[in-house]
Amino acid sequence: MENSEIISVRDLTKRFPMGLSEFTALRGISLEFSRGEFSGVVGPSGSGKTTLLNIIGLLDNPTDGDVIILGNPSKNLSVKEAAMIRRKHMGFIFQTYNLLPVYTVFENVEFPLLLLSMSTGERKKAVLEALAWVGLSDKEKSKPAQLSGGECQRVAIARAMVKRPEIVLADEPTANLDADNSHHILQTMEKLNKELHTTFIFATHDEKVISYLRRKITLVDGKVSHDDVLKP
Amino acid sequence: MLAYKLAYKNLLGAGLRTWLNVFVLSLSLVLLVMAWGILEGWNIQAKKDMKEWEVGGGEYWHELYDPLDPMSFKDGQGMIPPEIEKLYNSGEAVPVLVSQATVYPEGRMRNILLKGIDPSQQIVKMPASLMNGDTTVINAIIGIRMAKATKLSENDRVTIRWRDANGTFDASEIRIAGIFHSNVATIDNNQIWLPLDRLQKMTSMKGHASYIILKRGLMSAPTIPGWIHKGYDVLFADFNTIIKTKHIASSTVYLILLSLALLAVFDTQVLSIFRREKEIGTYIALGMTRWQVVWLFTVEGAMHSVLAVIAGAIWGTPLLYLLSKYGLAMPKGTEGYGFTLAEKIYPVYGAETIIIMSVIVMAATAIVSYIPSRKIAKMKPTEALRGKVQ
Repeated sequence: MENSEIISVRDLTKRFPMGLSEFTALRGISLEFSRGEFSGVVGPSGSGKTTLLNIIGLLDNPTDGDVIILGNPSKNLSVKEAAMIRRKHMGFIFQTYNLLPVYTVFENVEFPLLLLSMSTGERKKAVLEALAWVGLSDKEKSKPAQLSGGECQRVAIARAMVKRPEIVLADEPTANLDADNSHHILQTMEKLNKELHTTFIFATHDEKVISYLRRKITLVDGKVSHDDVLKP
Repeated sequence: MLAYKLAYKNLLGAGLRTWLNVFVLSLSLVLLVMAWGILEGWNIQAKKDMKEWEVGGGEYWHELYDPLDPMSFKDGQGMIPPEIEKLYNSGEAVPVLVSQATVYPEGRMRNILLKGIDPSQQIVKMPASLMNGDTTVINAIIGIRMAKATKLSENDRVTIRWRDANGTFDASEIRIAGIFHSNVATIDNNQIWLPLDRLQKMTSMKGHASYIILKRGLMSAPTIPGWIHKGYDVLFADFNTIIKTKHIASSTVYLILLSLALLAVFDTQVLSIFRREKEIGTYIALGMTRWQVVWLFTVEGAMHSVLAVIAGAIWGTPLLYLLSKYGLAMPKGTEGYGFTLAEKIYPVYGAETIIIMSVIVMAATAIVSYIPSRKIAKMKPTEALRGKVQ
C-alpha cells in the first residue's frame, strides 16, 4: 500500500487568459504521488504551486494533459463526480484556514461528515477523535473568532482529516502562523501521515515546512526543476 | 435536509441582519393579512347591514323601475301583484313606493326621494313604527345623514313638494317623527320615508309600489309578470365592485411594502454571495456541488420568510385578535361616502387568507433568494477560495 500510486499528473499544462493573450502557469508537468507520501511543491510566488494543487484537488481543469486521481482521469469526470471524489477522498487545508465563521469548532470539523451522511453517533465519535489528534478537545464549543491563528489551523487540519481521506492538499498552511505554531501543526500533520498513511501534498515556500517534507518538488516558471527525495 | 440545517445555522449566525429582514417581512405579512381582514370584515358586516336594513331576502322591482334613473320613477311603479299581496299580508314582503320630491329645510330647496313603507313592517330594521301616532300630520323618518345634511331634528316640521300621478304639484308640511342610525347610506342619503298608504294617497297611486322587499330566508321567488326578481348577486353588485377595487388598491400598497422587504432580502443575498465567496469556495472544496451551494443559499434566503411567518404569528396574532375584538374605528365623515360603512369595522381573518398570504410571502422570498444565488453556479471555485470579487 505504501508505494501504490494514488495521483498521476501527466504532461499537465495550464494556461489562463490574460487580456488578449494567455499566461502559462504550468508547462508539461508529469509527476506521480504514492500513498502515504509527505511531499511538497515548492517554489517562488507565481511558479504555479497553487495552480497545480487546485488541479490535483479537482477544483480547476487542466488546459492540456491530465491528472488521474485514485484511478479516475480528471478529464472524464463530471462536476458532480469531481465533487464526490473531493467529498470522500480529499481534505483541504488553506492558508487562511477557511473555517465557517458561524459554526463552532465541533460543527466545522463535523461538516465533511454531514456531507457523507454519517449517523449522529458516528459523526460525534469521529469529530472528538479528530479534535483529540490536534489537541483541541477543550475547544469544541468555541467559534473560530475565539481561537488563535494556530488553533484555527489545527481545526482546519481536524476538518481535513476527520473523514480519514486518502489525500490532503495543504496550500501554504503555515503562512499566517508564527514559528512555534508552524512547528506544532507540522508535527501534527506528520504524525497523522504516519498513523493514517494519508498522502499529504503541500504548496509552500516556507523553509519550516520544507524541513518536514520527505519529498520536495521544485517548480520554477511552471516547470518541475527538481524532484528530490529528502528523507527515505 | 442538510441544506435546511446549514441554512438555519447560517441564518441565525448572521445575527441582526437576519432579524431586520425577518421583521420587515413579518410586518408586510401581518399588514397584508390585516388589510384583507379589514376588507373581509367590512364585506361581511356591510352585507349583513344591507340585508337587515335594505334588501331583506331579495327584491322584486317593477320592470320599469331603475333606482339610478329618477326619470323612471313616474312609470317605474305599478299595482302590487296578487302574489306579492299575499306575501305582504302574511308578513313575508313589504312594498316600497318611490317618488321624486323637493324639501325646503330652512327655506332652501333640496331634491329628495320620498319612499313609502308600511309602518308595521318587520321585514327590514327601518324603525317605520315611529311614523305611527298623530295622524293630523304626515309623520316621516329620516336617516342620520339626511338629518345632518338638512339640519333637521326630531319633531321638526318641514315643507315638501311633490307631483302626483297626474303631474299636479302639491305641497305639505311633514313632521320628523324619528331619525334612524344605519350604516347603509343608500336608504338614508336624500331620502324621506313616509307611511306607504300616505304616500300612495299623496301621489294618487293607491295600491302601487316601485319595489318589494322580501323576507330573509324566503325560499322561492316565483316569476311575476311586470316585476323582476333581484337576488343578492344583483343587489350587491355595486358593493362587490367597491370591495374588489379596495382589495386591489390596498393590496397594491401592501405589496409595495412587501417588495421593499423582498428587496432587503435580495440585497442581503447579493451581499452574502459577495462577502462569502471564500465560504462558497470552501463548501465546494469540501465536496458540495455548485448547485448544492446554490440550493443552500436559496434555502437560507427563503428561510427568512419561514422565520417571518413565525415572527408574524408571535407578534401579529395578538394584534390581529385585538383588532377583530375591538374593531377599527373609521374616520369621521365616512357616512357621507355613499356606501355602506360602519363606524367600526371588525376584521375577519380566514385561515385561507392567512395561508395564501404566507405562501405568497414565502414564494416571493424564495424567488428573490434564488435569483442572486444562481451566480454561485458560474463561480470558479479557485477564485471563490481566494475571495476574489467577481
